[in-house]
Amino acid sequence: MAYSDKVIDHYNNPRNVGALPKEDPAVGTGLVGAPECGDVMKLQIKVNAETEVIEDAKFKTFGCGSAIASSSLATEWVKGKTLAEALTIKNTDIVKELSLPPVKIHCSVLAEDAIRAAIADWKKKQAD
Amino acid sequence: MKLPIYMDNHATTPVDPRVLDAMMPFFTEKFGNAASRNHQFGWDAEAAVDAARNEIAALIGADPREIVITSGATESDNLAVKGVAAMYREKGNHIITCVTEHKAILDSCKHVEKDGYRVTFLPVSNKGLIDFDDLRRAITDKTILITIMTANNEIGVIQDIKEIGKIARERGVLFHTDAVQAVGKIPFNVNEMNVDLASLSAHKMYGPKGVGALYVRRRNPRVLLTPIIDGGGHERGMRSGTLNVPGIVGFGKAAQIAREELPQESARMMRLRERLRTTLERELDEVYINGDLERRLPGNLNMSFAYVEGESLLMGINDVAVSSGSACTSASLEPSYVLKALGVGEDLAHTSIRFGIGRFNTEEEVDYVSRRVIETVQRLRDLSPLYEMAKEGIDLKKVHWATEQ
Repeated sequence: MAYSDKVIDHYNNPRNVGALPKEDPAVGTGLVGAPECGDVMKLQIKVNAETEVIEDAKFKTFGCGSAIASSSLATEWVKGKTLAEALTIKNTDIVKELSLPPVKIHCSVLAEDAIRAAIADWKKKQAD
Repeated sequence: MKLPIYMDNHATTPVDPRVLDAMMPFFTEKFGNAASRNHQFGWDAEAAVDAARNEIAALIGADPREIVITSGATESDNLAVKGVAAMYREKGNHIITCVTEHKAILDSCKHVEKDGYRVTFLPVSNKGLIDFDDLRRAITDKTILITIMTANNEIGVIQDIKEIGKIARERGVLFHTDAVQAVGKIPFNVNEMNVDLASLSAHKMYGPKGVGALYVRRRNPRVLLTPIIDGGGHERGMRSGTLNVPGIVGFGKAAQIAREELPQESARMMRLRERLRTTLERELDEVYINGDLERRLPGNLNMSFAYVEGESLLMGINDVAVSSGSACTSASLEPSYVLKALGVGEDLAHTSIRFGIGRFNTEEEVDYVSRRVIETVQRLRDLSPLYEMAKEGIDLKKVHWATEQ
């Protein structure tokens, strides 16, 4: 299968790889997928409680090149956005940006899920 | 050293230049039809086919009259299963095979199942080997065929064909083996192993694609087959169709080279494979060999690199041609059924890589491949949330994964 140049770029130079302190109340963590399915994404966001702006984002992904690229792109996109803005990111936007073929659409779905899961985790922390 | 490096010799092998040289005249000057009985062109073609058939037979200890030329091993497997099933219908309707067989066998068996035959798919151990007691118990007075592959195409595991042949002979059941990956790589003799039918392929042993053979025993017992391709009655009526003379000549030359060079070549493959294996095991933690290491083709290494998905690993070593058991690399989007049959968890199946070392690989190439694999695995593990969790002491099996996808 031929990968698009953007997928190859994200695979070779993934943005925002790493981890944020999970216990930090300002950090929301989303862990989606399963090892049996061949894809696991962990996406973390650090949110300013006053402005609800995502000030930092990190990811780690177990998965194919398209999964790595989708999550790398997701961290790039959410950084600097408010939570409300981040929630408007759709998997189809990722598919378009990375020119993912139909068999790789689930990678983009997983990335969207990871964003939502990280935001939900942050919101839950604020409520607690 | 030339890039990219080809290390996927279970998928196919390059044609040996000596094989190509032998084939060339048969495309242009000696283009005759081997079935043309009354002119020089036909005689030349027939003589070349006879010589090639002798070489193919010699490689497996058979009589040349027992070699039926086909278009490849898929056809040979189909002919063995369907041909025996149809011919021995009155004797019985039961076939025994194994879950890790090639699709050409599994699908042929499923085909005859629809026609009312009963098929037993024997399980394998976590090493990839069948249990002889399972086999003995599965045989009934309705069993007409046992078909078990010699060496597996994914994990390279070699079944004890001699023992299976013995059991089949004792019970008076015909024994077929798909020997595609084994012949030319390890010693294989149809008489010592009590094999009644065997599938061979030229392109897995440095011959051309599009030609293979089915060995069909002529005596003790004499095996009869109902053909699946009808026509001019070529190949003693078992496989009609004008013979692929250049292909057969190439097959013969490949068989001759394989027979003459097998001991040295097999030892060299084993040295290179062990060099690759020991380097990877020394430099990386949590790597797992899939299938038995002792009973294995010398050139095969099938290894899982935990926490690194196979397709992403292949992408990282894009100047090296190998295969993965990961779902993402298969047409079915399912991880390898062979690894699954061994009880390899789907998580590890996704991380498996098959290295197939062949005649033209060098030590320098093996060292380059191991270096590239090691650096890519390390890079991808730094990127892997699973590796991070495992290092934190989290038991990944106990994590509640959201699998609503």
